[in-house]
Amino acid sequence: MIKINYENTRELQKNKEKMVLEVRDLHVTFKTYGGTVQAVRGVSFDVYQGETLAIVGESGCGKSVTSSAIMGLIPTPPGEITKGQVIFKGKELTRLSKKELRKIRGSDISMIFQDPMTALNPTLTVEEQLTEGIKQHKSISSAEAKKKAIEMMKLVGIPNPTERMKQYPHQFSGGMRQRIVIAIALMCEPELLIADEPTTALDVTIQAQILELFEEIQEKTGVAIILITHDLGVVAKIADRIAVMYAGKIIESGTKREIFYKPNHPYTQGLLHSVPRLDLKGKALEPIEGTPPDLFAPPAGCPFTARCPHAMEVCEKVMPRSESLSSTHSVDCWLLDERAEGMRLA
Amino acid sequence: MAKYIIKRFFMMVITVLVIATLTFFLMHAIPGSPFNEERGTNEAVQANLEAFYGLDEPLYVQYGMYLKRIATFDFGPSIKNPTQSVNDLLSRGFPISFELGMITIIVALVSGIILGVVAALRHNGIIDYVAMTVAVLGISIPNFVLATLIIQKFAVDWQLLPAATWSSPAHMVLPTLALATGPMAIIARLTRSSMLEVLTQDYIKMAKAKGLSPLKIVFKHALRNALMPVVTILGTLLAGILTGTFVIEKIFAIPGMGKYFVESINNRDYPVIMGTTVFYSTILVFMLFLVDIAYSLLDPRIKLAAKGGE
Amino acid sequence: MKQPKTENQSSSQQIPDEWFKPIKKDREKAENVVRPSLSYWHDAWRRLVRNKLAMSGLIFLIFLSLMAIFGPVFSPHSASDINLPNQNQPPSTTHFFGTDELGRDVFTRTWYGARISLFVGLAAALIDFFIGVIYGGVAGYKGRRTDSIMMRIIEILYGLPYLLVVILLLVVMGPSLTTIIIALTVTGWIGMARIVRGQVLQIKNYEFIVASQSFGAKTSRIIRKNLLPNTMGPIIVQMTLTVPTAIFAEAFLSFLGLGIQAPHASWGVMANDALSTILSGHWWRLFFPAFFISFTMFAFNVLGDGLQDALDPRLRK
Repeated sequence: MIKINYENTRELQKNKEKMVLEVRDLHVTFKTYGGTVQAVRGVSFDVYQGETLAIVGESGCGKSVTSSAIMGLIPTPPGEITKGQVIFKGKELTRLSKKELRKIRGSDISMIFQDPMTALNPTLTVEEQLTEGIKQHKSISSAEAKKKAIEMMKLVGIPNPTERMKQYPHQFSGGMRQRIVIAIALMCEPELLIADEPTTALDVTIQAQILELFEEIQEKTGVAIILITHDLGVVAKIADRIAVMYAGKIIESGTKREIFYKPNHPYTQGLLHSVPRLDLKGKALEPIEGTPPDLFAPPAGCPFTARCPHAMEVCEKVMPRSESLSSTHSVDCWLLDERAEGMRLA
Repeated sequence: MAKYIIKRFFMMVITVLVIATLTFFLMHAIPGSPFNEERGTNEAVQANLEAFYGLDEPLYVQYGMYLKRIATFDFGPSIKNPTQSVNDLLSRGFPISFELGMITIIVALVSGIILGVVAALRHNGIIDYVAMTVAVLGISIPNFVLATLIIQKFAVDWQLLPAATWSSPAHMVLPTLALATGPMAIIARLTRSSMLEVLTQDYIKMAKAKGLSPLKIVFKHALRNALMPVVTILGTLLAGILTGTFVIEKIFAIPGMGKYFVESINNRDYPVIMGTTVFYSTILVFMLFLVDIAYSLLDPRIKLAAKGGE
Repeated sequence: MKQPKTENQSSSQQIPDEWFKPIKKDREKAENVVRPSLSYWHDAWRRLVRNKLAMSGLIFLIFLSLMAIFGPVFSPHSASDINLPNQNQPPSTTHFFGTDELGRDVFTRTWYGARISLFVGLAAALIDFFIGVIYGGVAGYKGRRTDSIMMRIIEILYGLPYLLVVILLLVVMGPSLTTIIIALTVTGWIGMARIVRGQVLQIKNYEFIVASQSFGAKTSRIIRKNLLPNTMGPIIVQMTLTVPTAIFAEAFLSFLGLGIQAPHASWGVMANDALSTILSGHWWRLFFPAFFISFTMFAFNVLGDGLQDALDPRLRK
């Protein structure tokens, strides 16, 4: 169920000048035996301090690849960033050497993985896994690192941090492990946190707790969060802005209010109709029929054409341009062209 | 942890007992007396001999005596050579065989792990391809074939190293090489595949995301987990190395325990056969026990399982 | 990157107005194009054929089997006839692989050796398979206490050094081909039993799924499509890898003088006989048995590896 929470939609304009991350026209491809997969095909977005940007899409739409590209974790080969820039606080990350990139990774930009059961090394104590990053990045004594680790364990809500730090991951429950993963990500006080499906592997009740934890942390530290998810419920709860990805492209982006109440792209509309909502009672759930296109050979036009209920000839042939509906809301869809006036549904 | 060790220890004792019992009854299942074949032994001498070795007692008494002797590690005198006891043979041969075995397993472990890790890190590269072809060859060439090849090349053709006996470090090179190649190949293959598996794990991605250096990721995060399967097969490898010492000692004329064992079989020297078998098995089972404990020290999850099993 | 550059190049003016009309929806098009479904075995075979090393192993083994069957038949020389004046002849057109110190033809003896090696290997693999299936099947099927007792027994047997047990049995039963095969299978079935038990436990789960969903008629399909590939894969691989172990054990024992006895020609016996020739330079006497032991084991190992890759359902996409 989606319950849209508007309380945390902050004044975005206020933070405009504090841009943390700028992604411009990012292209990522993977060479496989079957051919070249164009996993990300020209993605652009900004992330500002203190906000949560949710990147939403079906599996395989390129959202996780985008996050790996930001972290510089695309395995090369087979993967490659073929075009575009990732600018973090004025630094072009795609041009940095591996060594320079390592200095940023885990220190200024951190990442949280999907499955807490596998994200922690089973043979190292929690303390070791908490402190090794900060010891690598900052000249800090073991005692100080440990103090910081205890502080972080407290922040993420793990009781008895001093004793529990000496334990191994298998001695914690799934929810607790995800808290540890979050604590590890926060150790170096990053300015950007990338959370890749951070709640997908968890029970629903634990999911809610972890999401609350994200909000709390953001309030306390002002960290910018990129939330990668396919779960609109999660998005409704903590996102400030939303980018909807489809077949390696962002097809619509806007504030949470704009996306949930004024979705303009048929795919976004389809997504919203396919999940139960409290505020739209009485409407039947409609799954989007069909599957995303093969990214080995992406279509020339809009990738959603084959599944789109309003598809026109132009959609098949030409890629739609990005149309701005407001300073925050943009949509890539031919329905917004004046010549498609008659096609638009009320 | 203590409980786990006690449990494993108990299993070890049972295994040794099974082996000892099996050996005893197998040996006594052989028709006739071991002295029958001896020419020139008349009935009286034979009866005397049987009394000397306790063979005239009922089987269960013999079995009891046998177990008692095993418990005190006294395997009695040899039949073919009554002036020396089995214990003499063991104390003379075992240190040499032990040395050969230990050097071999260390060489095999170190080189196998290095080869496996390098192959995994260069997955699908030339190094990987060459290393793995060499490894399959190493598994496929029997140690006695390899040993003769090595002697032919290194000792006869090139005259680089001595080919027989166990008298100096130079003498140890060729036998160790012949014996270590097979286990090394097995370790290399296993290390490679388990390393490849570990490298795809999320915690490796997480270590990368922390900005750790590649060396740290490999040695601290990947290797320890990748070596777990290697530890589990150590027992089997040790058994293979142990039986391998039989042929290696034969080929290189090394006066180790394997040589005495093979001789005792060819001579039908039953006390020696029984004594060496039980001794070998005990050593092996004890090694397996140590390997188990080493494994539980390496993998923190096992400790808890043993504790939680209460 | 060949990226459609429509975004920048074609402004909306260049796009004809008539394109802004709805297209006929072809629902079929929206559906996923299903990858042509190949049967499991077909698919596995295709993967195996692509593995060059495994295929060369297979071809070598076919060649070896043919030579083992027909080689001695076509050879004008016997494997055991002693011909002293003809001793230690180097390879020539009459004796392709030369002769040994008793003047016996190494070429003929090599193929006799192949018979013994292949026979020992296949017999051991088959017997292991039957004992393993019965033991593992009972343990897995009965479950509970039967299972735990049976597995405990396996655990104890697993601790036994198998070549030592084999040697003991050979001492007791006297060296012969039958003894070697029996001795090899005394401990050899353990690995197979473990695998079969694991597979049976899986089957039980499948049965549960089948029953609970009352698929009824589709049971046979499930067995064919899911169960057999999953269970047969590991078993076939295990059998393939048992063969070289058994071949090695036979050669090893014969080499020690504990296995096949003269005048029979086993590769291990031939290698043992030839050991003394290292200094005399009669290289062919050691080379041929050594080469064939090694290459047969190599062929089985690479074939086993190839099968493992080809049959592993996890690799299917």
